[in-house]
Amino acid sequence: MSDDGAQDINRSRAVDWALRAYVVAAYAFVFAPILASFVFSFNSDRFPSLPLGQFSLDWYRAVAADPLVWEGLRNTLLVGVVAGVISTALGFGAAYTDYRYQFFGKQVYLALALLPPTIPVIIMGLAMLAFLSRMDLSGNALSVIISHVVICAPFAMAIVRLRLSQMDPALEPAAWNLGASEWQTMRHVVMPFTRPAILGALFITMAVSFDEFAIAWFVSGLNETLPVKVLGFLQGQVSPRINAIGSFVFVTSMTLVILAQVLLAGRDTTARRASGEQE
Amino acid sequence: MQTDTLVSIDGVIKRFGSFVAVQRMDLDIRKGEFLAIMGSSGCGKTTTLRMLAGLEAPSEGVIRLAGQPINDLPTWARDTPMVWQSLALFPFLNVRENVEFALKMRGVGREERRQRAEQWLERMQIAEFADRNIAQLSGGQRQRVALARSLVVEPQILLLDEPLSALDAALKVRMQSLLKNLQRQTGITFVYVTHSQSEAFSMADRVVIMSRGKIEQIGTPQDIYRAPRTRFVADFLGSSNIFDGTVSRILPDGVELDTPSGRLRQTGGSPEGRPGTGRPATLTVLDTRMRLSRTPPPDGTNVVPVRVVGEEFVGATATVYLETEHGQEIRVQKGHEELADLSIQPGQALFAHWSPEDGHLLTQA
Repeated sequence: MSDDGAQDINRSRAVDWALRAYVVAAYAFVFAPILASFVFSFNSDRFPSLPLGQFSLDWYRAVAADPLVWEGLRNTLLVGVVAGVISTALGFGAAYTDYRYQFFGKQVYLALALLPPTIPVIIMGLAMLAFLSRMDLSGNALSVIISHVVICAPFAMAIVRLRLSQMDPALEPAAWNLGASEWQTMRHVVMPFTRPAILGALFITMAVSFDEFAIAWFVSGLNETLPVKVLGFLQGQVSPRINAIGSFVFVTSMTLVILAQVLLAGRDTTARRASGEQE
Repeated sequence: MQTDTLVSIDGVIKRFGSFVAVQRMDLDIRKGEFLAIMGSSGCGKTTTLRMLAGLEAPSEGVIRLAGQPINDLPTWARDTPMVWQSLALFPFLNVRENVEFALKMRGVGREERRQRAEQWLERMQIAEFADRNIAQLSGGQRQRVALARSLVVEPQILLLDEPLSALDAALKVRMQSLLKNLQRQTGITFVYVTHSQSEAFSMADRVVIMSRGKIEQIGTPQDIYRAPRTRFVADFLGSSNIFDGTVSRILPDGVELDTPSGRLRQTGGSPEGRPGTGRPATLTVLDTRMRLSRTPPPDGTNVVPVRVVGEEFVGATATVYLETEHGQEIRVQKGHEELADLSIQPGQALFAHWSPEDGHLLTQA
């Protein structure tokens, strides 16, 4: 349907409405459980039931008062930030290698680099536990960081690679030709060009690490991250505190993901403006 | 080596695997000249330019800049800036920062950088856009930024790789005169790679025509246009009619050829390289030098009976396409007034003729 209110003669009204209804239903299906958890986290009742009780921040207070939650949060943040930075650096390196060099076995190199997220997490967790315990690295924050870098780096690589694919292949040689060494070019051309993707990758990898449960459960030992703590709570008792923690984790990772989306999409509009404008 | 030679390309070969992109090239580029390298895609013109810029290394041979071999110098250690076909401006920097880039990389201080960039921004008439993003500029303004960015280091030579190919026709012509004036005023040697004959011929002092990695001809635009050296050049320029034949007689100042279109006479030109009697030879006649008439001209020299195939309008002139009895295509370019008298119709029989001194004998097959 166009802005002036005239009917688009090539579209059927009924189909339009059906498609809209479909979109609403699909999103409802995806987001209803999260929304329910979010709503019940502010509900004063002990058990989730309708009609809702009073609005209350009790569960958040209870969570905030729990030293175990703070410990989990501290671990999660530490792991998330460190794993995010390391995996973004590794992902950038892998993506740049792919962009810059042609070499024998490059397809295999890329396939291996992108493989970790496709491995079932249980198997990955078990393997990590077996390997790290043999290296005497199991059961602490470092072991979670190592494991999370393994699963996060491919995401960072994919994001940076996408951005590099938008870079004019002449940009780097142009910088060399203007007197910039390879290091100067990396610093003054490649990094600034990929900056939105680097920041985006940083946020996404932090969000992935923040949410990751299965592998952390295997390797974290006593230094449990927040998702692992949540499971601990669930096993002990059903408490709306879980809704509160869940909402917090959800909002945090959504914020990171949205930040990444804004960064990655923002560049596209400038590119479109660039190509659309003429004298 | 001449004293006014800036760049000498000496026996340079460039191979990519088994593909030979440039075949044993010898070329001297003079100080302060505007040299155009022209050819169709894959002829080795861009590879040659990239070797000058230091983006490709020659497989064999030596390239000298001001007498010094530069084969092993990386591109960032040479003063051979290039203007790219895509312009390759830095999209994350504004106009001023783009222009300052080369100075910054060379460690020039902030104040001097700003001053020198300012000069070029003004010279290229883009000073008012200095703080804009590249994305906010028009095509012509971007060209100027690209030129300023390359020229700010005041190099001896500027390499240009089809920089105008993305512009519309009117802007292209304006940029051509800007480039030509810029080159004259600065005295910087320009090496300009293009596939466009009009760009090369309108700007360059000398034109190099390349085909399949080899230089076919080097000369001024007028020389090449009037006297193509090889069949490839004559074909490539597309402005000559080509007649193949055998030399039947040597004249005091020319030759007579037997061709499928009859006996043709050519006079003038250098006697050097003129083939002997019985040897194959190729004659070219510019399409603007050919005349058409309804009746055969009285002197009977160089007259070819033809039939009209069609007519094409090219602004002030028209190109008439004709065919000889043997099916050879002949093109004649004339003003509309001249053609009006002939009232040309497809299928009509006419006579094409020209003076012997308007013919040109190719010195190489």
